[in-house]
Amino acid sequence: MEQEFVYITLAALFGIFMAWGIGANDVANAMATSVGSKALTIRQAIVVAAVFEFLGAVLAGGEVTDTVRKGIVDTDLLADTPELLVYGMLAALLAAGTWLFIASKNGWPVSTTHSIVGAIVGFAAVGIGVDAVQWGKVGEIVMSWVISPLTAGFIAYLIYQSVQRLILRQEDPLAKAKRYVPVYIFFAAFTITLVTILKGLKHVGLTISLGDSYFLATAIAVGIALIGALAIRRIQPDKKADKNQHFYTVERVFGILMVVTACGMAFAHGSNDVANAIGPLAAVVSVAQNGVITAKSTLPVWVLALGGAGIVIGLATFGRHVIATVGKKITQLTPSRGFAAELAAATTIVIASGTGMPISTTHTLVGAVLGVGLARGIEAIDLRVVARIFVSWVVTIPAGAFLAIVFFFIFKLVLP
Amino acid sequence: MANMLANIFGKSPVKPLEKHIGIAFRCAKQLHAFFAAAAKGNWEKAQSVRNEIERLEHEADDLKKKIRLGLPKSLFMPVPREDLLELLLVQDKIANRTRDVSGIVMGRKMQIPAEIAEQFLEFVDRNVDAAKQARKSVRELDELFTAGFRGAEVDLVEAMIEELDQIETDTDDKQAALRGALFAIEDTLNPIDAVFMYQVIELTGEVADMAERVGRRLELLLSH
Repeated sequence: MEQEFVYITLAALFGIFMAWGIGANDVANAMATSVGSKALTIRQAIVVAAVFEFLGAVLAGGEVTDTVRKGIVDTDLLADTPELLVYGMLAALLAAGTWLFIASKNGWPVSTTHSIVGAIVGFAAVGIGVDAVQWGKVGEIVMSWVISPLTAGFIAYLIYQSVQRLILRQEDPLAKAKRYVPVYIFFAAFTITLVTILKGLKHVGLTISLGDSYFLATAIAVGIALIGALAIRRIQPDKKADKNQHFYTVERVFGILMVVTACGMAFAHGSNDVANAIGPLAAVVSVAQNGVITAKSTLPVWVLALGGAGIVIGLATFGRHVIATVGKKITQLTPSRGFAAELAAATTIVIASGTGMPISTTHTLVGAVLGVGLARGIEAIDLRVVARIFVSWVVTIPAGAFLAIVFFFIFKLVLP
Repeated sequence: MANMLANIFGKSPVKPLEKHIGIAFRCAKQLHAFFAAAAKGNWEKAQSVRNEIERLEHEADDLKKKIRLGLPKSLFMPVPREDLLELLLVQDKIANRTRDVSGIVMGRKMQIPAEIAEQFLEFVDRNVDAAKQARKSVRELDELFTAGFRGAEVDLVEAMIEELDQIETDTDDKQAALRGALFAIEDTLNPIDAVFMYQVIELTGEVADMAERVGRRLELLLSH
């Protein structure tokens, strides 16, 4: 009994710390595009992120959290020694947190998701045995790490091409923007709502039929698009800032759209990244409460809510500073470009969350931005940084694994 | 992690290029005040304008160096890096020619012959107009990037470049007329002064030539 309490408390502490870190650092990437392009103020961005990260975590974070807590490690093998799973998950959390801290200090671009998955695979493969890892699943996860930035890039490329053809290259871009941006708003709201309804609501106990899902998503999207259209109508051209093509005002119209995609991005990010903090915690809770791990043990909603809360606190405390800093540096991502990247990334991430794949939200967003760049939408992209990101891929997984192995053996010795 | 997204973006050359053409134009604009003072024989005033010209030309040079340093080969842009560097080069030449011609006039304290003074000043102003039109065209760079170098914005800029060509042709005509006027009175002048006067006319005309080359370089960007 006492043992169980100690484990759960430790796991909760580590998990909340991870969640806090995600809120402080990662969320900034999701929201900085909106702040940098002045579509939202920092305060508005924090409110949006707080609400939608939490919703994303609770409503749509279940599948990915399940994968992290019981999809990577073969829990059957641990039926006799469930405490090993507890040590392992604690070690994984601590390892990922440590690696992220080290990387932060050195300014290396690393992913929270790669860190935690690498750590879990590490302790399981070395600490327990190579058979303890479900390599099939791990293979799928690694594939998803490759596919998600590519997909987001491709979608962003298509979206931005459409923006250029329909609006930016036309004779009267402002009129075209006022006409077409509500349509983009509809598609953004529709896609994210639909994927969430179809894939995500299981863990909250809601089931909706396929037909009803489409209907509901359409209704919600139409509503949001109408609100957006009203807001757009109120935008007047700015004689001083506009030149001939009124691009300054066009960007303000896209700014309305960015509010929608910012919500979508926060939601998507919450749905995928909450698992990094809470997945291991959920595994520990399962074992500690039931003594064993069953493949069927359900994920308690309070765990997801705890993760969501941790993210929000991290965002509200340290995150505002990071958002401000990043927002200042990404001024090239004007609303017309930023929304294409955000919509592509959010859609990709939400689909991944729905299929239970833990992907790197930051890499996906970077992939989307590169997609816009390939559509000739970005003035200057530093390819050296892109190369550095690829390098960090290769380094993070072994680093997380190594640290997890070390902590695992320490915990095995020290903990009851 | 936050660094990842922020550092993906390299330093955009667009605003610096637009700033540079602004400085080059302000330099060329000084030519009116300079030659007005020179024509009146007010060499004190001419010297102070000449100092301003030199200051602006240095400012342009410094910015040119900064822009070049900020455009490494590892930068991925919608248009080739070389084309932007070439554009920068000819923009800078507008300021350089301004400095050159003012230097020669100042150095010899060259008196503009009264018979052609008014015609000459009109010629100078037309060259400055060319520089102004070049600035107007280059300032559309950020709009061109937004439109992805296609569409209605391209038509707009092409019209501006067309107008720039016309102004430059106008300066060519004025230059020919000026040479004719000088030819008519050259016997009344000191031979060395006469020769240098022809040179001053030619060098001043190069300000519009450089402005026209800016238009050419911009057109090359549009063709991508």
